[in-house]
Amino acid sequence: MTDFTQLGVKDIRDGVAGGDFTAREVAESFNAAVAAAAELNAFIVTTPDHALAAADATDAKRAKGEDLGKMGGVPIGMKDLFATKGVQTTAASHILEGFKPEYESTVSQNLWDAGAGMLGKLNLDQFAMGSSNETSYFGNVSSPWKKDGTNAAMSPGGSSGGSSSAVAARIAPAATGTDTGGSIRQPAAFTGICGIKPTYGRCSRWGVVAFASSLDQAGPMARSVEDCAIMLEAMAGFDPKDATSLQMDVPNWEAALSADLKGKKVGIPKEYRMDGTDQAILDSWEQGKAMLRDAGAEIVDVSLPHTKYALPAYYIIAPAEASSNLARYDGVRYGLRDLPDGAGLQDMYAATRAAGFGDEVKRRVLIGTYVLSAGFYDAYYTQAQKIRTLVAQDFEKAFAECDVILAPTTPTASFPLGSLNEDPLTMYLNDVFAVPASLAGLPAMSVPAMVNSDGLPLGLQLVGKPFDEQGVLNAGLAIQQRAGFEAQPEKWW
Amino acid sequence: MSVTREEVAKIASLARIKMGDEELDRMVPELNNILDWVEQLGEVDTSGVEPMTAVIPNSLRLRDDVVDAIPETSGGRREDVLANAPAAEHGFFGVPKVIE
Repeated sequence: MTDFTQLGVKDIRDGVAGGDFTAREVAESFNAAVAAAAELNAFIVTTPDHALAAADATDAKRAKGEDLGKMGGVPIGMKDLFATKGVQTTAASHILEGFKPEYESTVSQNLWDAGAGMLGKLNLDQFAMGSSNETSYFGNVSSPWKKDGTNAAMSPGGSSGGSSSAVAARIAPAATGTDTGGSIRQPAAFTGICGIKPTYGRCSRWGVVAFASSLDQAGPMARSVEDCAIMLEAMAGFDPKDATSLQMDVPNWEAALSADLKGKKVGIPKEYRMDGTDQAILDSWEQGKAMLRDAGAEIVDVSLPHTKYALPAYYIIAPAEASSNLARYDGVRYGLRDLPDGAGLQDMYAATRAAGFGDEVKRRVLIGTYVLSAGFYDAYYTQAQKIRTLVAQDFEKAFAECDVILAPTTPTASFPLGSLNEDPLTMYLNDVFAVPASLAGLPAMSVPAMVNSDGLPLGLQLVGKPFDEQGVLNAGLAIQQRAGFEAQPEKWW
Repeated sequence: MSVTREEVAKIASLARIKMGDEELDRMVPELNNILDWVEQLGEVDTSGVEPMTAVIPNSLRLRDDVVDAIPETSGGRREDVLANAPAAEHGFFGVPKVIE
């Protein structure tokens, strides 16, 4: 009998469509795998009935000879940042504990319309603020991977750490993620899976709990480039309910996948060779160049001179937007209310937000409030937005000389949970290679490249021109085919 | 630039987050570390550079001028809007008394 949990999106979709097995069998297998993996803490709530109902609908359609959709019969995990009608949506925060939206996010609705079902809502860093999945109100998520010879729980990355852990552990064939400054790519790299953040505006932000609206972008996380292409097609599309939604057709990325890179130029940004980057990461980068050369591409040096300023600029812009977005949590309209005895309205706001937000969220709201405050706005926020322009211009110039950029996804492999907690800054540095593409709104993907000497996965990052998800996916496919990444975490949960 | 304990207390109050002494003590050095680090942005010559306003060029659309064009964001959904309110009364959001 097929072990359905080893199958990815494409195999499940094609197997169900071809009648090799039913969607219900697949959903039951994954529901059981989810139920048996509580130790990973990847899910905040599980929704086995949702997965079964979607599967039954797909099987019924097949019996009638109807089209099953792009994701027909595929059960997925939904990052708990997407509003799901009638199903608790928390952003991994206490302030939204118990919140059951009366509406469905556009991205999740698109997935259900494409035939997917939901295994549950995936844990994440609180309000997507974090790089290790240690800021969730609902507890840390563990990576299924362990460092060779040790038993310490490892970080699945963040903020989409429930997503990465679930997909790597094969308790979900794919999951949604969101990426504000690396939150799809860094966890994908840490867990040996693929994840793509499309061009800003491809996926609707409607119904996604807002963190930093000018940066937030949803995307798929799955175990292959093909699976990411399929799922991104299902997620993306113009949405009149999102003012920044791209009014463009969704290309057929899956059909146009090609690992033949003849005539393509791959840029290697010299500024990404930073102090503190693991030697193994640099080695994997070299291997990536060789793989893309082997696929027919020409490797060229490019320069992104403002790279070192991208991360500090991000840590002004993202908190500034967060402080504004999170002002909505006031204990009045939804979510937690903390009303001390005899308290007035202002006291209620302050008490509610003190009780409902975790430390990292408070830190970022305070930073954001400070940099936007009178007297500091120009020195911090305006300067950061000018640097954002320079970072975007760097990419524009580089893309005059190349078609796609190859870089590491992260400066290190995963680390044990609790090992970087001392200082928020060291944690921020995890996203040093991921943030520039976010600031420029560009499509960017992480694909697994190899395992290091500790047995931990390393990822390579591809960054493309605006709207050129295809170029990113194709280069990713060329790496996937040559890297032959087959490693799986040994089951301990 | 660094912030004092009093300034952090002021910012917390502006952000409507109640903070006790211990939390303030912890927050001050953490915020100062972050602010010291972002200070490096001052090195960059940004004269003549426009601050970014839209990352992907996109002109703002006008929706069709019709009532309830998009049902999810239109009127007539009072019960849905109030469904998650911690204290909904008589079809309104309830708040502590604000007028003496």
